[in-house]
Amino acid sequence: MAETFDDLRDLYQETILDRGRHPRHAQRLATFDATAKGDNPMCGDRVQVWLRYAPDGTIAETGFEARGCAISIASADLMADSVQGRSKTDTAALFAGFRDMVGSGVCPACNPALQQLAPLSGVHEYPSRVKCATLPWHALLAALESTPGNIEETSSE
Amino acid sequence: MTVPFDVARIREDFPILRQTIRGKPLVYLDSGASAQKPRAVIDAMVQAMETQYANVHRGLHWMSERTTDAYEAARDAVAGLMNARDRSEIVFTNSVTGSLNLVAHSYGRGILKPGQAVIVSAMEHHSNIVPWQMLRDQHGVELRIAPIDDNGELDMQAFEALFHDGKVGLVSITHMSNVLGTVTPAGQIVRIAHAHGAKVMFDGAQAIVHRAVDVQALDCDFYVWTGHKLYGPTGIGVLWARREILDAMPPFLGGGDMISSVTFEKSTWAQVPHKFEAGTPAILEGIGLKAAVDWVRAIGFDAIAAHEAALTDHAIARLSRIEGLTIHGRAQDRGGVVSFTLDKAHAHDVATLLDRQGIAVRAGHHCAEPLMQRLGLDSTARATFGIYTTLEEIDVLADTLTRVREFFQ
Repeated sequence: MAETFDDLRDLYQETILDRGRHPRHAQRLATFDATAKGDNPMCGDRVQVWLRYAPDGTIAETGFEARGCAISIASADLMADSVQGRSKTDTAALFAGFRDMVGSGVCPACNPALQQLAPLSGVHEYPSRVKCATLPWHALLAALESTPGNIEETSSE
Repeated sequence: MTVPFDVARIREDFPILRQTIRGKPLVYLDSGASAQKPRAVIDAMVQAMETQYANVHRGLHWMSERTTDAYEAARDAVAGLMNARDRSEIVFTNSVTGSLNLVAHSYGRGILKPGQAVIVSAMEHHSNIVPWQMLRDQHGVELRIAPIDDNGELDMQAFEALFHDGKVGLVSITHMSNVLGTVTPAGQIVRIAHAHGAKVMFDGAQAIVHRAVDVQALDCDFYVWTGHKLYGPTGIGVLWARREILDAMPPFLGGGDMISSVTFEKSTWAQVPHKFEAGTPAILEGIGLKAAVDWVRAIGFDAIAAHEAALTDHAIARLSRIEGLTIHGRAQDRGGVVSFTLDKAHAHDVATLLDRQGIAVRAGHHCAEPLMQRLGLDSTARATFGIYTTLEEIDVLADTLTRVREFFQ
C-alpha cells in the first residue's frame, strides 16, 4: 500500500524522514553566544536557534527547538550540520545557494555543503512548503546578526 | 446508510468537481474554508456581465435600473433565508470579517461605553477576536472569554458567571466552531445575555451553511455570515441586525451611496441599510449570492442537515478506527467539520500526502490560535464537508490516512 506515495519520495526522502523523527541538534545549548526565533504566521511553525561561536568567530555549534512539520525539523537539523565551522559571510552565501535550490529544484554550482542539503530540494514542487525549509535559516541568520543578550524575532514572510 | 437526497445529481451542478488533481479525482474536503460554486451561481454572474450590467442606485437609465433590481433582489433573498422581519435589516459587507469590524467599530464605539465588557468564546476565529481587542485598546471596553470544556462545548455555568457585575454590553460568539464543529447553544446564550441586558451577535460563517438560521426564532440581535462558504461568490458578506439597532448605530465608512445629502458644512445619512453601504457595492457578487441562496433553498436545509449529519457520523466512525489518530472536538451538537491529528505526522505533512492523492484538506491553526493553545496543539488537519461531499470520499480519506500513518511510521 505504501507505494501509493512513491511520487512523494522526492519530497520525503529517507534523510528527511529520519532527521524529522530523530534530529541530532534539537536542543537548546547550555552556553551560547546568540539566539533568535523564527515564526511562520501562516501555518504556526516556530523555531528558535542557539549558536556558540569559536574563538575565531566561526560557528562552533548550533542547537534548535522547533515546532513544525518533518520538513522544517529536518531542514533545521541538516542546517546545523552544514554551518559548523562557517563564518557569518560564508553562512549567508550557503543560505543563498540553499534558497535557490529549494526554489528551483536544481543546484547548478553544487558544493559539498549544498549536496548535504540536497535532500530538501524536493520542496520546490510544493510552493506552500518552501517556507518550511527556509524558516530555520531565517532564524539562524537573525541570530548571526544579533547583538549578544538579545533574542531576535524573524519571520518567514 | 441512506443519504436522503441525490448527491450524484447535486455534484453535476458543480463543474469543478469533474477536475482531476495529478490524475486523481478531486476530493474536496475544504468547503469550510471556501465552498465550490454551482452552475447556477456561475451562470447568474456571467449572464449579468454579458446582458445586464451597470452601476446601481444612481443611474436613470435602463441598464442601471435593471441591475439595481437584480442586486436588490439579493437583499430579499437573504432576508427570506434568515427570516428577517424586514429587508432593510440586511446590510451587505465584503466578508464576515467586514461585518464584525463594522459592528465593532460602529456599535462598539457608538453605543458601547468605556468600562462595558464584550464576551467572546475560547473557540473564536481571529476575525471575532482582533476587532474586539482593537476596541478594547482604543475605546476602553473589557474583553471577557467564555471558556470551553474538553469536549469543545461552551461551559454555560462559566459563561453566565461572566455577567456577574452587569457590565457586559455584547456577546459576540460563534454559532458553529470552524475547528471543532461545535454548534453553540444559541437559544440559551441569547436567554442568558438578554436576562443581563446584553445584546448577542452570532458569527454564522460556518453555521449558516449547515442548518436553517431563523433570526426571529433565535431572538438574537446581530447575525453575520459570508457568501463564499454558502456556495456563493467571494467578496460579499452579510450583517443582519434588528432595525432599531441599525437605526441607532452611526455609519462606519463614509462616501457615496450612504448619504442623504452632502454640503461642506454637514452631511446627513441615508436610511438603513444604505447608511452602512458606502461606495459601489459588490454588484455581481450580490447577484451571485442570490443565485446561491435560491439554489440552496431549493434543496432545503432539512435535506442538507441530514446529509451532513450522515457524513459527519461516518467520518467520525471511520477516522476513530485509525490507530494513532485523535479527533479534536466531541460536542453533542456539531456540524460537518472534523479536526484531527496523527501521532506520527505533523498536520502539514499529512495535508501534503493527502494532496498527492487529490484530497484537499486544511492544516494549520485555522485562524484560531487561542483555541489551539486551549487544546494544547500547534496545528490540526481539518476535513470539512459540503452539500456535494459523498460517503465514498470520506472512505477515500480514511483509507489514505491509514497509509499516511504507515508512511511516517
